[in-house]
Amino acid sequence: MANDEKPKVATASLAGCFGCHMSILDIDDRILKLIELVDFNKSPIDDIKTFTARCAVGLIEGGCCNEENVHNLQEFRKNCDILISLGDCATMGGIPAMRNNIPLQECLDEAYLNGPTVHNPSGIIPSDPELPLLLNKVYPCHEVVKIDYHIPGCPPSADTIWEMLVALLTGKKIDLPYGLIKYD
Amino acid sequence: MSDNITITIDGVEIPAKQGQTIMQAADDAGVYIPRLCAYNGLEPHGSCRVCTIKINGRFQAACTQPVAPGAIIENETDEINDIRKSIVEMFFVEGNHFCMFCEKSGNCELQALAYRLKIPAPRYPFLWPDRQVDASHPDVIIDKNRCVLCGRCVRASKDLDGKDVFGFVGRGPDKQLAIDATARLVDTDLDVRDKAIDACPVGSIMKKRVGFAIPIGQRKYDKKPIGSDIEDKNK
Repeated sequence: MANDEKPKVATASLAGCFGCHMSILDIDDRILKLIELVDFNKSPIDDIKTFTARCAVGLIEGGCCNEENVHNLQEFRKNCDILISLGDCATMGGIPAMRNNIPLQECLDEAYLNGPTVHNPSGIIPSDPELPLLLNKVYPCHEVVKIDYHIPGCPPSADTIWEMLVALLTGKKIDLPYGLIKYD
Repeated sequence: MSDNITITIDGVEIPAKQGQTIMQAADDAGVYIPRLCAYNGLEPHGSCRVCTIKINGRFQAACTQPVAPGAIIENETDEINDIRKSIVEMFFVEGNHFCMFCEKSGNCELQALAYRLKIPAPRYPFLWPDRQVDASHPDVIIDKNRCVLCGRCVRASKDLDGKDVFGFVGRGPDKQLAIDATARLVDTDLDVRDKAIDACPVGSIMKKRVGFAIPIGQRKYDKKPIGSDIEDKNK
């Protein structure tokens, strides 16, 4: 098959820890098989920063904690046929969502003024226009755009990601066996 | 009239005894009906509705509904499983459930139900309620973020431990677990050996210092779905 006929996959890490991307790499030597099946487009894996073609599959790690995450996620929705939430942060908010029952100002005060290890003599809370504005809460991806599939897990195991991708790319029914749907 | 009757669950006839609930008869026959607030040794509560079944075309809770001769029961249908999924999803969005660092992960019945029902993510928006943690007791911690209001601790404390450590306060969405003390768990007569602690299906009432005695990945529901112990009777 010529290179340009392969379906394209894009990935992003929003409010996540890159653990889910590590888990993608954890498919080990199967990654050789994966690059026979697909080309990677916009992704931290190949460092392509902007979409250069329409993608068959978009994998989103992390939920939305700031306006840049939302913008990025909307870009993915526009450019991908199938959008997948990858991991607990994308599907349920995850660790970043622990701030969701604390008012945002209190979070910032703790981080930049009152925290036990804070050294900030100027007492300034960063608010440069270059910095993406924080959202009031952290949102799972499906509360921001339409998401087609969810893969839970912190992170989802490499086997789960592999099974899911291969099923999608070969047009098979997705039916993950017990033990591959995990929330931890 | 004989006490022995026959009921039908998903097209299969199973024996039952008059006075049993549908759940008891199903358990005896090796048919698992998903449940959360039902707990062996406690009176059924009928509150979580995870054990919803259809009997002669009507929805009922299997834990409280008595068997009746010739009852036609639906259990594992798409319609009913979708209702159960939807209930479990509501539990997830109504609390703050962070499985990735919860000590109960792998032994948690709520999580196990979600695994068994294959819930990839809840369909409802998360509510992120503000809930409290009480770690005042030397041996036990209560994390209300994870409480699903099943009432198992309330009933176990009363009926099995002969105490009254737990109760509910508030109504509707404000309902929450309360303790028999003005402020702190340490001021109650809760003991680490109380059955009320083991009765908690989630990571809400936890013994201290034993959380990771069994590592993640080797726990009760890591390899086998919840209900396997009941279904294995049939094999």
